Amino acid sequence: MNLLLEILSIPLVQTILKIVFMIMLFAMPLGTLMTLMERKWSAMVQDRVGPNRANVGSFRGHGLAHIAADGLKSIFKEDTMPEGSDRFLYLIAPFFGLIAGVSVFAIVPIAAPIGSFTFQITDIEPGLLFIFAITSLSVYGAVLAGASSNSKFALLGGTRASAQMISYEVFMGLALMGIFMVYGSTRVSEIVDGQNAYWFGSLIPKWGILTQPLGFLLFTTALVAETKRAPFDAPEGESEIVAGYFLEYSGMRWSAFMLAEYVAIVGVAALVTTLFFGGYHVPWLHLWESAPEWLVRVLQFAKFTAFVVFFCWFQIQLRWTVPKFRFDQTMALGWKKLLPLSLANTVATAAVILIFV
Amino acid sequence: MTITNDYLPILILILVGIGLAGMFTIIGLVVGPKLRTREKAAPFESGFLGKGMEGYRYDVKFFMTALVFLVFDVEIVFLYPWTVQIRELGWFGFVASMVFISVLVIGLAYDWKKGALEWE
Repeated sequence: MNLLLEILSIPLVQTILKIVFMIMLFAMPLGTLMTLMERKWSAMVQDRVGPNRANVGSFRGHGLAHIAADGLKSIFKEDTMPEGSDRFLYLIAPFFGLIAGVSVFAIVPIAAPIGSFTFQITDIEPGLLFIFAITSLSVYGAVLAGASSNSKFALLGGTRASAQMISYEVFMGLALMGIFMVYGSTRVSEIVDGQNAYWFGSLIPKWGILTQPLGFLLFTTALVAETKRAPFDAPEGESEIVAGYFLEYSGMRWSAFMLAEYVAIVGVAALVTTLFFGGYHVPWLHLWESAPEWLVRVLQFAKFTAFVVFFCWFQIQLRWTVPKFRFDQTMALGWKKLLPLSLANTVATAAVILIFV
Repeated sequence: MTITNDYLPILILILVGIGLAGMFTIIGLVVGPKLRTREKAAPFESGFLGKGMEGYRYDVKFFMTALVFLVFDVEIVFLYPWTVQIRELGWFGFVASMVFISVLVIGLAYDWKKGALEWE
């Protein structure tokens, strides 16, 4: 027992346990469930039943068996490589998306720290600047996949993806400047703790959505555009360029792209929750002073998970609510509307802070 | 907290990402069938045999976008130190940043006027 506690107190062991929990037990299962969630909710929107036929014995679980069936199916599919493709680039392209997808979870806290033990993989000083750096890494995945496939459609998708992603990256950084100003830090733990304060005694929590409503809209738009999902799915537009940059991929490498996309969706939801909806902080919980510490942590994790699931659903619903943009509309929206808006938001936030605080 | 303690987890996470993608690639290559035919190996071209990529041209717009992005993204990086220190720097920092942002806005207006942001 003592030996076990001693092993558990080694920082590296704690880090590895946190990573195993965040990636293997939180992000990946949620990402895999999202594949079914998306199909089921799309069916619901279109007044269909959706996938429900796969079964294990007599167990169907409203389509849950489809997750295992899809996985097995893609394992036993042929992994093709088109003629004349750049073999090395074609091989490494799926890696970037997954690296970027899992790295986002490095800075997301899921509950308040106990003593010196944090429920966050690492709390680095640059915090969100690290996120900007790592999300731009996923541009490489799309570009390399498009450029190495020796296919016109893939190349079209790759160039579109690169142009769209770098355009929306510009004001993704600008949109968050308001948050940095209000909470005075780029460190995630400080931003989350800053959202635990209240206006008017303990009436309204100072969540990011209330201090930075425009910043929330801009940042969420930028993140959705970064994941290349509808309504910003011109790089993968099924009706014009088939599947875009990963058109030539098949079997498990295609699954790697899809998994990266769904993990990215969960990452987006986790980031939005952390920055604009108080992270793990349950509002008004401090009023219950006699709450046991473990119950507080459990409630915080439950609140965080609930918000993450909600924003995962929100992204699916967005796909079925907003009509798809043409590529030129996507670019015009980014450069001509959202970029000036986020600049104005930054300036206005700075002025308001200096005048009133 | 030292550099190693803070940044080692990120290195491990990157390795996890590489491991996952590597596992996927290897499983696909080992388990999947290998029944290559000429038609299957050809790049997708809506059912025809393609003529290859010769003579394919990019739109110059993509290069323009990359250029504009480069200028903006690098300039925006200079604003981050001001955003976290805004209360300490006060109005002096605000005016200094406004001068900087106005240069940025003039650049944006110039790009706009020159048509670098137009996509027909």
